[in-house]
Amino acid sequence: MTGPTATASEASADSTSAAPRGAAARLRRLGGLRLRLVAAFVLVAAFASLVTAALTYREARAGLLQRSQDRIVGDLRTGVDAIAPSIPFPPDQAALDSVARDIDKQGRARGSIVIVVYRDLRAESGMRTGGIDIPPPLRAAVTQRTATVFQRFRHGGEVWLAVGVPITFVNQGPSGVQVYLLAPMRAEAQDEASLVKAARRGAVPAVLFALIPAFLAAAGVLRPVRALQDATRRLARGRLDTRLKAKGASELADLARDFNHTAAALEQNVAQLRTMEARARGFAADVSHELRTPLAAMAAVTDLLDEDAAAGHVDADTASALRLISTETGKLTRLVDDLMEICRFDAGAATLHLDEFDIAEAVRRCLDHRGWQNAMTLELPVGIRVEADPRRFDVVVANLVQNALRHGAPPIGIRLTLENGADGTWILLRVHDRGPGIAADRLDRVFERFYKADAARTRSEGSGLGMAITRENVLLHGGRIHAANRPDGGAEFTVELPQRAHHARQDPE
Amino acid sequence: MVRVLLIEDDPAVAEGLALGLRRQGYEVDVAPCGEDGLAGVDAFPPELVVLDLMLPGIDGFEVCRRIRAAGTLPIIMLTARDHDADIVLGLEAGADDYVVKPAQVRVLAARIKAVLRRAAGSGGRAETHGDLVLDRAALTVARDGRPIALAPSELRLLLELSAAPGRVFSRGQLLETVWGHPYLGDTRLVDACVKRLRLKIEEQARSARYIQTVRGFGYRFGPL
Repeated sequence: MTGPTATASEASADSTSAAPRGAAARLRRLGGLRLRLVAAFVLVAAFASLVTAALTYREARAGLLQRSQDRIVGDLRTGVDAIAPSIPFPPDQAALDSVARDIDKQGRARGSIVIVVYRDLRAESGMRTGGIDIPPPLRAAVTQRTATVFQRFRHGGEVWLAVGVPITFVNQGPSGVQVYLLAPMRAEAQDEASLVKAARRGAVPAVLFALIPAFLAAAGVLRPVRALQDATRRLARGRLDTRLKAKGASELADLARDFNHTAAALEQNVAQLRTMEARARGFAADVSHELRTPLAAMAAVTDLLDEDAAAGHVDADTASALRLISTETGKLTRLVDDLMEICRFDAGAATLHLDEFDIAEAVRRCLDHRGWQNAMTLELPVGIRVEADPRRFDVVVANLVQNALRHGAPPIGIRLTLENGADGTWILLRVHDRGPGIAADRLDRVFERFYKADAARTRSEGSGLGMAITRENVLLHGGRIHAANRPDGGAEFTVELPQRAHHARQDPE
Repeated sequence: MVRVLLIEDDPAVAEGLALGLRRQGYEVDVAPCGEDGLAGVDAFPPELVVLDLMLPGIDGFEVCRRIRAAGTLPIIMLTARDHDADIVLGLEAGADDYVVKPAQVRVLAARIKAVLRRAAGSGGRAETHGDLVLDRAALTVARDGRPIALAPSELRLLLELSAAPGRVFSRGQLLETVWGHPYLGDTRLVDACVKRLRLKIEEQARSARYIQTVRGFGYRFGPL
């Protein structure tokens, strides 16, 4: 009995692989539409706010520097203009010192250094640290020109502004006195830092705020997608009346409308097919029904024909004809019987009349009743009882044995075993023969209606419905049936029946 | 010659069956509808009725009930296989057995023989079981001194079960011994017959005293 162990190992394999499979599904979910939408939103928001901050920063910085530069330059010129007339000419060192002091007093630029130069004389005010001096290009420019010149330069890691103003005589050209101002742009640099900080403070919340509309938009897109997914699954489960609400003019609404059209078309087609099928089945049932009445009359007199054919009242040809009619009427009767039985299965009108009985005894009685008990090897443990429909069980056993007798070769074996599965105890009844077996590609076709195992034989002795009826009877009990070839030759049919019928038992009382 | 009344509306079927049954040595009268059939029961009178359930006018079930109400005349019904529920209804209306159409005369004759055999006595003296008195020679059953009219299958079933009080009979066994059907035949015959029998002999059909059900196995008589 390898069945239950194989099932058990399969089941355990399933349960162990279930967890990783779930994790994989979650991982796939992470790469889903929602994440992609949110990521796209955040990226766009971050990019937009960074670009905005950068542009704002650049503009603001330029404006800020320009303004303070203008102020410093303007202040210096005003100061120089104010004291220029009082400078003696040619100035001595003391005069230069006084000029430097006066300008420094006005010194609005904190930390700035004023340098006044006349030829070789030089006066300074303020602390000159780190060897800072007038940048030589500025000095050259001031000497050459009579206009105010300024230049930004870096010194000691800081930005400085150097402004040079030559003092001129009215209408007489340069006097040779030059006033320089070196002003650190520390405050401006601080302003820059605060600008960067402000941009950072603005951008990060903006990106975070972008998450909210991102999630909302994702939900807005995902809700119809999920509805579509649910509807598709319902449709796949056979709920063909599934429809979606299609509001608005979005692509998703269009998709929902397309889905509805498809579902409606499908439903219509299926309904049409079902009607046609029901009509075809009804037709088969009607035909059998109509055939039965004349057959009933003919079947009633076949015995009479047989008797007369055997008695020798008639000539040989007539006797043959009578026997032929009798035999074929019998076959036709069985065919119509089987057809009607199949029609009852198709119409769902087949019912189970359950009883409990001993299987070994039932099989033996079935064989005895048909005179088949010889040429059989039986492995039937006694005392195994089953809850089933005895008449249908008889049909199953009889059809399987008849099939083995017809297409197989003796000895025919019947083996009965019990198997305990997760879903209760099952009865396994195997009928095998020593015949040529069944071609591998035809194993699952032997239960088809009117299926002929041997294509060359256009006519079998049975109705061609025996195995189909057998299968229907097994299925009606909630059982299973399958055909296989034995490794040592011959075909084997296995019927599995639940020991306790799955159907609610109808009490005979 | 055993006299059989065939109530069958289809002339061809009726003719075929009558022909076959006559060959088998029965004296056959044919009635084409229920009304004629009931009249024939009184006029012919038959020892057994073969009754088609699908009849114009009064249907077979009603004919069956009326014959049963009037006496214990054996009834074999002819049914169509595609009307499975009809079998139960017919059995409950009092039929002793049934044959599915299209039926061979051989099969029908075997059933007729079995039903008639059922009514044959087996000798012995009257037995008393509780309030029941069974006379196996005279084939009579009485409860509290009043005779009970039992159809052949009912009587035969009661005699079979009461022959071994307390012993459990499976439905298959009863089918074989009482009806002559195969062991794996239609057990509804047994269940329907038990039901009818209980209505006649039990004081309360719901809590059976004489014919008890042994779940999963079958029926037994008593123990009282």
